[in-house]
Amino acid sequence: MNITFIIASFVAVLATIMAITRYNLIHALLYLVISFLSIAIVFFVLGAPFVAALEIIVYAGAIVVLIIFVIMMLNLKEESVEQERIWFSRKVILGPSILSIVLLGELIYILLSHETTALTTQAVDAKSVGLSLYGPYIIGVELSGLLLMSGVVGAYHLGRQKKKVQHRFLENQTT
Amino acid sequence: MKDFLWLIPTLPFLGACILIISGNANLPRRAVSIVGCGSVGAAAILTIVIMIDFLTTGQIPEYTVIVNWFSVDNLSVPIALHLDTLSLVFVFVITFVGFLIHVYSIEFMHHDESFARFFAYLNLFVSAMLMLVLADSLILMYLGWEGVGLCSYLLIGFWYEEEKNGYAARKAFIITRIGDTALAVGLFMLFAELGTLRIQDILTLAPQQWATGSTTPVTICLLLLGGAVGKSAQFPLQTWLPDAMAGPSPVSALIHAATMVTAGVYLIARMNGLYVLAPQAQLWVGIVGAITLLIAGCSALTQYDLKRVLAYSTISQIGYMFLALGIGAWSSAVFHFMIHAFFKALLFLAAGAVIMALHHEHDMFKMGGLRKQMPAVFATFLIGSASLAALPLISAGFYSKDQIIWLSFASQQSNIWFFLAAVVGAFITAIYTFRMVFLTFYGEAKTSVSHMPGNLITQPLVILAVLALFAGFIELPHTFGHVTLFSDLFSTTLPPVTLRPNVESHEWIIQTSTGLLTLVGIAMAYYFYVIQPKIADDIHASTIETHRFWYAGWRFDSLYDAIIVKPILFFARVNKHDFIDKLYSALVELSEMMSALFSRSQNGILRWYIMGIVAGAVIIITFTLIITP
Amino acid sequence: MNAAIADQALMLAGILFVLGLISVLIRRNIIFMLISVEIMLNAAGLAFIAAGARWGQPDGQVMFVFILTMAAAEVSVGLALILQIYHQLKTLDSDAADKMHG
Repeated sequence: MNITFIIASFVAVLATIMAITRYNLIHALLYLVISFLSIAIVFFVLGAPFVAALEIIVYAGAIVVLIIFVIMMLNLKEESVEQERIWFSRKVILGPSILSIVLLGELIYILLSHETTALTTQAVDAKSVGLSLYGPYIIGVELSGLLLMSGVVGAYHLGRQKKKVQHRFLENQTT
Repeated sequence: MKDFLWLIPTLPFLGACILIISGNANLPRRAVSIVGCGSVGAAAILTIVIMIDFLTTGQIPEYTVIVNWFSVDNLSVPIALHLDTLSLVFVFVITFVGFLIHVYSIEFMHHDESFARFFAYLNLFVSAMLMLVLADSLILMYLGWEGVGLCSYLLIGFWYEEEKNGYAARKAFIITRIGDTALAVGLFMLFAELGTLRIQDILTLAPQQWATGSTTPVTICLLLLGGAVGKSAQFPLQTWLPDAMAGPSPVSALIHAATMVTAGVYLIARMNGLYVLAPQAQLWVGIVGAITLLIAGCSALTQYDLKRVLAYSTISQIGYMFLALGIGAWSSAVFHFMIHAFFKALLFLAAGAVIMALHHEHDMFKMGGLRKQMPAVFATFLIGSASLAALPLISAGFYSKDQIIWLSFASQQSNIWFFLAAVVGAFITAIYTFRMVFLTFYGEAKTSVSHMPGNLITQPLVILAVLALFAGFIELPHTFGHVTLFSDLFSTTLPPVTLRPNVESHEWIIQTSTGLLTLVGIAMAYYFYVIQPKIADDIHASTIETHRFWYAGWRFDSLYDAIIVKPILFFARVNKHDFIDKLYSALVELSEMMSALFSRSQNGILRWYIMGIVAGAVIIITFTLIITP
Repeated sequence: MNAAIADQALMLAGILFVLGLISVLIRRNIIFMLISVEIMLNAAGLAFIAAGARWGQPDGQVMFVFILTMAAAEVSVGLALILQIYHQLKTLDSDAADKMHG
């Protein structure tokens, strides 16, 4: 199992690095899917099979597909890739990378500075997750439902292509 | 007559109100004259009625409350009048001489645009001065005191189109203000110490409260002296008076004779009970008077401007009054004040007539020969000059000034220096007075007379001349008739003068010698300016430096310029941009700078914000790690 | 399975999170920024899962489900916004949308 976890982790990190350095959006998304899949394996290793399934279905499936649809709708040309290449310069990467790696160093330092207590990890199956979802976390579920609802309404409202509205006095002048 | 006392200051005030409200254009000149002169004239008639009443029955209306001015907690200040013989004399001079000046002004100012404004100011001036001398409490007196200051400012700057007149008015106002500040502080101290500002209460409380010569009354008296010095143009605040000649001649007459400059004399005479408690302060009154009378006399010797000679002579004569107050000769000071009011008003009005006749020519050396051309003015001017120079026996000024000189020798509180100053002053007075007379009226005519004064000018002159001649006979010295009508008036209000032992026998010697000195002075003036003008020129040429020094009024103006005005201007220039404000503007600039800095960070670029969040996270986590290891 | 895996999973979550962060900082394309945010959210979910596994409790997974829900809603709204921006500005440059200085 350990080996599986390490391999999956490596794949996840590598795939993510590839995803964030691609110039082409579709390529990036494909690497992202790989990253999500490997993280699903990590979940499985961690004893969370239900969530691993959700990761594949929702993240790798639904969300990425949604993004791909949008990219298709935007109908991006070759120039956009060139544009990405121009934007992706070494100078731009340096500062944020240093800052972020400082942050990472601190996170790892925090993780390492706590001694690990030997507790056996056991699998938490879908049933117990379902029980706590509809038990103590029922309010959270309701709120999630509301959030999804507002997401749907917001997406519909924002995504509608509106006619350009001009003021009625200006209308006469332009026509 | 008690019921009519309140009308005396109110009538001129009403006159001023009517003239101010009706404005410049609405009233015809005749109506303005009637209101302006009528109000003061009615006040004068009332005063004379009260005087006659007093002289026949010996009764005097002492106290009336007009209206309650204000009351705070348990302090209530009424507008209350107090009349005793001292204020009666002042009220008489103010209303009577003031009335004559008003009448004179009708003709003198006839062609002036702002005829009504002039009379409004004059009425207000008289009203304020009456309030000053009639006030029952020092607060009310201070009201009159400031009112007088205001009116002097308005009247000196009456012809405000000319810049130097405005300058002179401001100078008068500011310099007297220095004295007023001292007076105000003195009043505060009095109130803090005694809890009252009613003059009668103060005079009765003060001797119970303080021992003679203790510090508090001396301080208060010196502060009051400061106020008096400012208002009365005494050393060291005398510089405003010569410049005050910028006003029209009747104004000068009013300021010098009836109102304003005599306020200081009145204040000190009124507070005599305090000064008795403070002999050191009283000595200073005398010293101020002695110094002033010599300084001003010397300056008067060198002036060219007719009115400036008179201005310096006023300063000098008021110096005599202060000297008299300083040696405890209270009634002599008031006597000299009254006589001085008559002859000084006469001299100024006559000088005004001369100046008007000669196309506003002020320089005496360009006058001359007016004796034959303007006989009436010459005669009255001569009488006034004789009175000013104290021509023995026939002029009123002799009797008043002689009394002061004699008492400066004989009084217990006097010393030899005061006596010498008084005698030398008398000699100088004689010279400069008749220098003025001879230059103006003798010799050959240098400027032609364009305009002969009419009745309204000559009649006040004649009345004043009669007074300047004969008013002195109500008080004759011991050696010569011994009439004490005037000083008897003050038997209850002013303390008598204490003489040194065994001096009575010297009185006639002093009188004779000062009389002779005066005659010698007149003779010298005649010799230098009529018979041998060349000698005067030679003396002038040989002492040119002294001459200039005296001409500039002992250069007090330059002195004050150098030690007060220049440094203040310097600081004003340095602090033009208020360095304390720098502190606050720096604060403003700092916040503006910060604002600009942060609004630059608000640039709308999303990644910049995320960068901020990340940096904040890094900083917070780092701190947490450092704080909690 | 031992506890070390949970710690390593947390480290993995940290690494993935920082990668997403770097990406969101260096990319100007809005869609890339959205993807990066997804990576970060996913890393956060991984941290929850690791913690839940560490203690053998279902709460971590419950939290992941909530994050998932939130991510789905966020992506839908975000994509709608991206469509609008592209429609208005004819570009996917996030720096171009700075007219409001907000």
